[in-house]
Amino acid sequence: MALSIVDSCVNCWACYDVCPSEAIYESKPHFKINARKCTECEGDYDQPQCASICPIEEAILDASGAPMNALGTLTGIPPEKMAEAMREIQSR
Amino acid sequence: MELNVIGQDDHQDTGSSCSSGSCGSSNDQMGHLPQEIKDKVKNHPCYSEEAHHYFARMHVAVAPACNIQCHYCNRKYDCSNESRPGVVSELLTPEEAVMKTKAVAANIPQMTVLGIAGPGDPLANPERTFSTFRMLSEQAPDIKLCVSTNGLALPDAVEELSKHNIDHVTITINTVDPEIGAKIYPWIYWNNKRIHGVKGAKILIQQQQKGLEMLVAKGILVKVNSVMIPGVNDEHLKEVSRIVKSKGAFLHNVMPLISEAEHGTFYGVMGQRGPEPEELQDLQDACAGDMNMMRHCRQCRADAVGLLGEDRGEEFTMDKIAAMDIDYDAAMKKRAVIHQGILEELDEKEAKRARLASASVPAAAKPDTRPVLMAVATSGGGLINQHFGHATEFLVYEVSPNGVRFISHRKVDQYCIGGDTCGEKESALSGSIRALKGCEAVLCSKIGYEPWSLLEDAGIQPNGEHAMEPIEEAILAVYEEMRVDGRLDATPAHVAELAKA
Repeated sequence: MALSIVDSCVNCWACYDVCPSEAIYESKPHFKINARKCTECEGDYDQPQCASICPIEEAILDASGAPMNALGTLTGIPPEKMAEAMREIQSR
Repeated sequence: MELNVIGQDDHQDTGSSCSSGSCGSSNDQMGHLPQEIKDKVKNHPCYSEEAHHYFARMHVAVAPACNIQCHYCNRKYDCSNESRPGVVSELLTPEEAVMKTKAVAANIPQMTVLGIAGPGDPLANPERTFSTFRMLSEQAPDIKLCVSTNGLALPDAVEELSKHNIDHVTITINTVDPEIGAKIYPWIYWNNKRIHGVKGAKILIQQQQKGLEMLVAKGILVKVNSVMIPGVNDEHLKEVSRIVKSKGAFLHNVMPLISEAEHGTFYGVMGQRGPEPEELQDLQDACAGDMNMMRHCRQCRADAVGLLGEDRGEEFTMDKIAAMDIDYDAAMKKRAVIHQGILEELDEKEAKRARLASASVPAAAKPDTRPVLMAVATSGGGLINQHFGHATEFLVYEVSPNGVRFISHRKVDQYCIGGDTCGEKESALSGSIRALKGCEAVLCSKIGYEPWSLLEDAGIQPNGEHAMEPIEEAILAVYEEMRVDGRLDATPAHVAELAKA
C-alpha cells in the first residue's frame, strides 16, 4: 500500500512538508514517494496528507494507479472546458 | 497661474476632484501619516509611490508550497517569459537566496527591500522563509525584509515575524464574505484536511482578519492587496477597504485581475474578464475615501529584481552569481552613501513642494479648467527620461487646477491579446497607442516621426520638450500650455464620445 507521484508534479514541496512518514523525497525530474515508507497516512490522519495539499490534479496516484485528485476537482475547471480552451489557444 | 501638487495643499480646497483628503495622489498617499510611518516607508518602493522612482526591490523564490488555491493562480508556474505574481524561473534554497540577495544589493545599490512572495505562500513554507530572513538579518542588516501572504498561516507566524524585525507585511484579502470567498478560493488546506467551498473560505477570512489584528497590535505595518474581479468582488472591495482600515492596515492596493486563457487559471479558462483601467481607477477612487490607496503596483513575479516595472532577474541567475565575487562589507558602505544621496534628493523635493504650496493661489482663484490625463515615459528618478519607443510602460497622471496626482501605470502590450476581431499580431507602436487610451498628452525624452503623427491622429499630443525635467513640474507646465492655448475649453473627442454613450 503506497501512493506515487507522476510527472505532472510541479515540485512545489508542499507534500514533502506535510508527510508524517518522511516518505517523500526530492528527485529529478520530480518528487517521489518511497513505497516502503509510505503508509497512506493510516494511523496518522483520515486522509493521505500529500493528496490533501497537492495542487495538481492527477499528480498523485493511489496504490491501484488511479488519481487521488481527479481532473477538475481541484481547479474547478470542467475538463471539457479546459480542452476547449487549449484547442482555441493552439489554433491561434 | 500657480499650481501645486495635490496633497501639499492643505486639503481645504473644496474644488478637489478627490472624494476626501486622503485621496491617492502621488505625494498625498503618505501625506497625513505619522512621521514614524513615513520614515519607515520612505525608501520602500512598494509602500511609497515616490520611493518607487528611486529605490529598487527584489523577491527571492524560496517559498514554493501553498496552502490554498486561488482561481487566478495556476501552480504550473514554471515560466520565464511572463511577469505576474506566482511566476518564477528558478526556485532557490535559503542559502542560494542569501547569495543572490547580497549579489543584487552589491550591484544594484538602490535595492533596499528583499521580499518573499512565493511562488507559493511564504508562511506555508515557514522553515525556508524564516531561515532566509534569519541569515539575511545577520549578513545584510542594511536590507529591509518583508513578506506577502494569503493570511491562512499568519496568526501562527506573527510571533516569529516580529522576532526577525520584519516591519512590513502584505496580506492579500479579496473578501470578508465567505460566499464571495467560495467563488475565489476553491479550497484550503487546513488542520490536515483539504476543505472546499464556503467552509474553507470562512476559515481563510477569519485567519486573515485575526492575523491583521495581531500584526497591527505588534506595530508591524500592514498593506492589504486585493484583486479586483469584476462581478465577483468589485463592489464588495469598498467594504473590505473600510474594514481593513478600521483594523489598522495603512495601505490598500487594489490590483486588476490577470486572466489570460493561456495562463490556464480557472478565471482565464472560464472567461472571467479583468477590469478596464477606468473601472479599476473608479474603484480605487471610491476606496480612497476610506483608505490610502497604492496605485503603482506592477504585480511582479515572485523572483523580480530591480525598480518596479523593470526586471533584471536575467542578470542574476544562480550560475552568474556563482561567478561574482561579492565583498558585502564594502558594498554596504557604498550602499549607505547612495541611499543617503537619494534621501537627500527626496528631502529637497519635499521642501520645494512645501515652498510651492505656500506660494500657491487660494482655491477660489483657481481657474475652473477640466482635469486631463497625461502619460509619462520614465526609466526612474522621477524624471521624463525615456524615449517613447523604448517605453514598456507609461505612468499616467491626472492634472487639474488642484494639481497632479498619480493614477496608474499602463503596460505596453506588444502582442495581440486575442479577441474575435483581431487576427494579427500588432506592432509595438499600436500597443503603445492603445495603452495611452484616454490620455491627451504623452511626455517623453524623445519620439520618432512616425509615432508622432500616429499619436496626433489618435488625439494624443506627443511632447518631447521636457526631457530630464521632474515629472510633476513638466505635467503642470504642459497643462498650463494647454490652458493658454484654449485646449482645456474644448471637450476632447474621447470625452465627447463617452458623453454620447
